[in-house]
Amino acid sequence: MSILVIAEHDNSSLKQATLNVVAAAKAIGGDIDVLVAGENCGAVAEAAAKAEGVNKVLVADNAAYGHFLGENLGELVAEVGKGYSHILAAAGTVGKDFMPRVAALLDVAQVSDIMRVESEDTFVRPIYAGNAIATVKSSDSIKVVTVRPTAFDPVAGEGGSAAVEQLDVVKDAGLSQFVNEELAKSDRPDLASAGIVVSGGRGMQNGDNFKMLEQVADLMGAAVGASRAAVDAGFVPNDMQVGQTGKIVAPQLYIAVGISGAIQHLAGMSDSKVIVAINKDEEAPIFQVADYGLVADLFEAVPQLEEELKKVL
Amino acid sequence: MKVLVAVKRVIDYNVKVRVKPDNTGVDLANVKMAMNPFCEIAVEEAVRLKEKGVASEIVVVSIGPKAAQEQIRTALALGADRGIHVETDEEVQSLEAAKLLKAVVEKEEPKLVILGKQSIDSDNNQTGQMLAALTGMGQGTFASEVVVEGDKVNVTREVDGGLMTVSLNLPAVVTTDLRLNEPRYASLPNIMKAKKKPLDNMSPADLGVDIAPRLSTLKVEAPAARQAGVKVADVAELVDKLKNEAKVI
Repeated sequence: MSILVIAEHDNSSLKQATLNVVAAAKAIGGDIDVLVAGENCGAVAEAAAKAEGVNKVLVADNAAYGHFLGENLGELVAEVGKGYSHILAAAGTVGKDFMPRVAALLDVAQVSDIMRVESEDTFVRPIYAGNAIATVKSSDSIKVVTVRPTAFDPVAGEGGSAAVEQLDVVKDAGLSQFVNEELAKSDRPDLASAGIVVSGGRGMQNGDNFKMLEQVADLMGAAVGASRAAVDAGFVPNDMQVGQTGKIVAPQLYIAVGISGAIQHLAGMSDSKVIVAINKDEEAPIFQVADYGLVADLFEAVPQLEEELKKVL
Repeated sequence: MKVLVAVKRVIDYNVKVRVKPDNTGVDLANVKMAMNPFCEIAVEEAVRLKEKGVASEIVVVSIGPKAAQEQIRTALALGADRGIHVETDEEVQSLEAAKLLKAVVEKEEPKLVILGKQSIDSDNNQTGQMLAALTGMGQGTFASEVVVEGDKVNVTREVDGGLMTVSLNLPAVVTTDLRLNEPRYASLPNIMKAKKKPLDNMSPADLGVDIAPRLSTLKVEAPAARQAGVKVADVAELVDKLKNEAKVI
């Protein structure tokens, strides 16, 4: 078996999710090649070559891939991937965008968002927002699979020494152009891979109050998230959303503040190692999944939490 | 400009999902069904395009059992002009759904195809992208804004780090994210009128598409339940537990 992992990156650095996907590839077993498609992405290829268990790094460096447009990546990956038994990518917004195109071009099914590998053709994935877990078997010759990064412990990012090979395949479908992007700038860790996440819900009442959570998060080196209710209410932008329709997180510590615990939120965070809930409603469903629950007014509890953390950190 | 909207009949999003005791799937007997929420957003966007004078006709298509006609009628009541029902009682997976929709696209030749980004049952997030690839169209996935300008459509997409805008040649495929719009409710007069709107019925065989599934579901289980933990009395006790018991800070 031979597995092609599509690297997730921003043209300058390799995202950790790639190491999680390589771990999923190791669970399948076989030679693992990594494809880095981007523009001026040499540093990413070097980083990928150091990842544990990688056989070879293929680099497609061209302006056509600079913004990871699904039309162009789809054609590239379908071409490069057709000699492999498996094609894997992280189930982030880039992978979700181009991977189904790859599957369709290869006339194979895609298995989305796997949480576990049972065998080379059988995978475990959540359905119904994580309210059911399905074990599915693919009968296709090439398995196109997106991987939930938080479900796999990453391989080491250092120590490997894979060969790096330049590809001269240029696929510009000519169907789409990049116009612009507005990316949230933050010194905090990436929400999807942070070790600690502090999230706020509708109980925060407005966007300004999220500053309280940011102060607590900065003490702990944590990322800040939000429930869909807080996003829908316009308190914070959608890229902070944790849940079925937002980001799936599984940090060591998840602190839910003023979040009631709707099913769709739980679907995004219930694999966290330790969950803390702070809510004034002791009947809130979030307490049913929390390891430590504090029934309190968040506007008193959060400033106290900041003070207590300053004492111990 | 003709707009094609695909809608799916799924379990109502308010229904508590229960796994069948024999682990073959989810219990759908006597469960309320509804239009997939992301598909409602797709219908709404098409209707708004028509209200702006951008779209001239809205065709709504659904693949599924006879009862899927209810969701087509709902879309017609919301403002779609006519319906196409690709009727089958078999399970239709994403790739096969995309092939059926491709056949419909070839017949109807829409300028824009709008779908939900995922259905809340299988959570695959594939069909729109697959349809775009099969028809050679560009795609604006996870859309939070759609602006048609001449022979292009600008789509603002919800991506991991924020927002990204792409410009697509028409015809194109758009898949909807939650913040694209807030769907309206159908009024009673419109529900009555929708009953008279045309609805074509056809089978996958009529469209020449083999819908045999490529993936087989071996079992479906309930997720491992998380146990509720303890309540702490105050913040000091919480921090103490996190540091000394859970050892996570």
